[in-house]
Amino acid sequence: METLNYLNNGHGLKSWLLTKDHKRIALLYLVSITLFFVIGGFFAMLVRLELLTPAGDLLAAETYNKMFTMHGVVMVFFFLIPSIPATLGNFLIPIMVGAKDLAFPRINLLSWYIYVLGGIFTLVAALSGGVDTGWTFYTPYSTAAANGHVITAALGVFITGFSSILTGLNFIVTIHRMRAPGLTWFRLPLFVWSHYATSLIMILGTPVIAITVLLVAAERALHMGIFDPALGGDPVLFQHLFWFYSHPAVYIMILPAMGVISEIVQAFTRKNIFGYSFVAFSSLAIAIIGFLVWGHHLFVAGQSVYSGMIFSFLSFCVAIPSAIKVFNWTATIYKGSVRLDSPMLYAIGFIGLFTIGGLTGLFLAAMGLDIHVHDTYFVVAHFHYIMVGGAIMGYLGGLHYWWPKISGRRYSEPWAKFSALMIFVGFNLTFFPQFIAGYLGMPRRYHAYPPEFQVLNVASTLGASILAVGYVIPLVYFGYSLVAGKKSVNDPWGARGLEWEIPSPPPTENFTVSPVVTEGTHQYVHPSQEVGLA
Amino acid sequence: MFTNFPFFPPEASSQAAQVDGIYFFMMAVAAFFSLLIATLVVVFAVKYRRRHPDEVGAAIHGALGLELLWTIIPFFITMVMFGWGAKVFYDAYRPPAGAMEIYIVGKQWMWKAQHMGGQKEINELHVPVGRPVKLTMGSEDVLHSFYIPAFRMKADVIPGRYNVLWFTATKPGRYHLFCAEYCGTRHSGMIGWIEVMEPNDFQAWLAGGRPADSPAAAGEKLFQDLVCISCHRDDAMARAPQLKGLFGHTVQLQGGGTVVADEAYIRESIVNPQAKVVAGFTPIMPTFQGLVSEEQLLQLIAYVRSLGDVAPPAPAGGATPPGPGKD
Repeated sequence: METLNYLNNGHGLKSWLLTKDHKRIALLYLVSITLFFVIGGFFAMLVRLELLTPAGDLLAAETYNKMFTMHGVVMVFFFLIPSIPATLGNFLIPIMVGAKDLAFPRINLLSWYIYVLGGIFTLVAALSGGVDTGWTFYTPYSTAAANGHVITAALGVFITGFSSILTGLNFIVTIHRMRAPGLTWFRLPLFVWSHYATSLIMILGTPVIAITVLLVAAERALHMGIFDPALGGDPVLFQHLFWFYSHPAVYIMILPAMGVISEIVQAFTRKNIFGYSFVAFSSLAIAIIGFLVWGHHLFVAGQSVYSGMIFSFLSFCVAIPSAIKVFNWTATIYKGSVRLDSPMLYAIGFIGLFTIGGLTGLFLAAMGLDIHVHDTYFVVAHFHYIMVGGAIMGYLGGLHYWWPKISGRRYSEPWAKFSALMIFVGFNLTFFPQFIAGYLGMPRRYHAYPPEFQVLNVASTLGASILAVGYVIPLVYFGYSLVAGKKSVNDPWGARGLEWEIPSPPPTENFTVSPVVTEGTHQYVHPSQEVGLA
Repeated sequence: MFTNFPFFPPEASSQAAQVDGIYFFMMAVAAFFSLLIATLVVVFAVKYRRRHPDEVGAAIHGALGLELLWTIIPFFITMVMFGWGAKVFYDAYRPPAGAMEIYIVGKQWMWKAQHMGGQKEINELHVPVGRPVKLTMGSEDVLHSFYIPAFRMKADVIPGRYNVLWFTATKPGRYHLFCAEYCGTRHSGMIGWIEVMEPNDFQAWLAGGRPADSPAAAGEKLFQDLVCISCHRDDAMARAPQLKGLFGHTVQLQGGGTVVADEAYIRESIVNPQAKVVAGFTPIMPTFQGLVSEEQLLQLIAYVRSLGDVAPPAPAGGATPPGPGKD
């Protein structure tokens, strides 16, 4: 007879839809964000297919504009922002702090329902004719001119924001109040630190975007003059409000991935992180400085040269804590005991791609250079290196690392390695040519383009096809693993951490006896020494 | 179909070399650090691969010296990038005195240009080589962005205000003009060409165009047609501020403040006259918002400017006034 765990403890749809178990809610999120990832990916494929040829021949111009808009809205608000926090964070944070659940289990379930409601609004907007504002909803186009269901889509973004706020609140309270005896702040896994920093951004930043999109809806529906100069408003005000959230939102996407990478690198080198406190505090530094850099999106919008300089300076400053993390991960591998299992392949891929993404961010922070590359494919390439090369590689790495814990089963390691390789190759082939196209001057959001950009776009579309296959393979072997995968032991990787001390899959209450913590995570000792100590 | 496959855009303005200079520097730094990290990760991962299932990594917890090293060195490198970038930007957004002026209006989905001699163009802009050109740009509807990759220059064109962009073309030729800020359905069709010509060819082109009123002359006509003249008169009976000699000067406002009469102020005074009322006058002027197009606004401004005692906009031909800094 199988032992009772969170998966077989209760059957039927109701036991899932009314669950208060953070692990089951994590799986509800996992299924829903995967659905949105597939939808967002479908829009991306149409965009890439259109760009195979210079002429706008596959889709009508308006349809193309709706495709990249919906791609951005779905991927940013309904996949990337909830991705790691709502799935892996939800599943692991209570376990990592030695608690039975998050501080507010009902609010956790509520946040999922809010997310789904926001998602429905957005899907309704997409299916009933789409939106063509771009995911940035820039005014006065969005309030005075745009085609489609801007208000419905904006409400979708508004609603789903509350799910983010509630998740952030839940994490902060849990991390402060529910740590097991002996689990001091500096013994916390770095995954928890990075989620703490992420949660701060979620609760401080999200209200601003919520109000901003609500103002867009108000101006569009009621003609209140806020952003449209024809009504006495200021269109640049929108850009300030929008980026005040949306730049920190990039750190909502990348910080949790950094936390995942810190865990994986330690587990697969059997070595604790190099410079723990530097890695931990760099997460907080990113969260704080990240709130002060939004103006670098407005260098060519007529912002004063001097405020531009301040934003440029702060944008260079925010790069430093990211650099510190990369150097510390690299130093952790030094004299480690390295195994290149699939999670580690994703982690190494992350380090490489994030480094390129971060360094090209400096190009955009340099004001003189930004004049040229702003709003070109250079920017598109840069943020995809961060969001896809960084955040999604981190997400997939984490999913592979904790999958045996989540599902209690193993997946096909050869297939996992193969798909990691395909994703790495496909990703670079898709987005590296876009740096070149951008410097050549190809503007973003172009339905048709001059013929000299075609070679680069063909390479990009080819890469996107490889990338798409790379993303489908894990769906297949994870699905197969659920029904027929080999059972996993508690600690399949020989890693250290509270989550590896409990059964796979864990029981509903996580710990039958509350743990007492005596040291930090990832303290590895050779078995011979362990015996000697005992 | 794969002919003409460049990797690098042409350098055709004095700013282009400046921007490319930063680019090459940053490329070198980025390549160095990317390769450094990639090499270290790969070498460590291979060299320290697990050879025995029980093996664990060395017990190293960190080193303060190294942390400081890789905090301080990147910080100084980024400060070089910051300073260099800020310098180039600062120069790129301050037009030199005496630049040849052109008015640009963006609207869904075309670019309209108006030379000071009256020549008008759509989706094309002819400029001479070797002479600073200053564009004063407004939008009829939504956001646009005027972008010339070969010049490495771009500025957003924003409804309700004027943004300025300037350049000195260095190489005759035909270069892309793109709208870089998403502006709706035919955004990717809002493109055109910049024709950079030798000064003599440019003069010939100017002379060959259909004769049209200069913006100032067109503005004067509008001034009559809209009956602005009934209040803005020269005599003592005037119910509205005197426009002669106004441009470029400080104006005393009701309630104490002052403002310099520049393009933005005059534009605002036409579309929203109550916003800043000149001291000593009653706010009786009606708004002209919706009655005059962006192009007409620019013409009215050109007219008001021509009444001023500071240098009027340098015309494209260079035939008229010897403004300061005329090359």
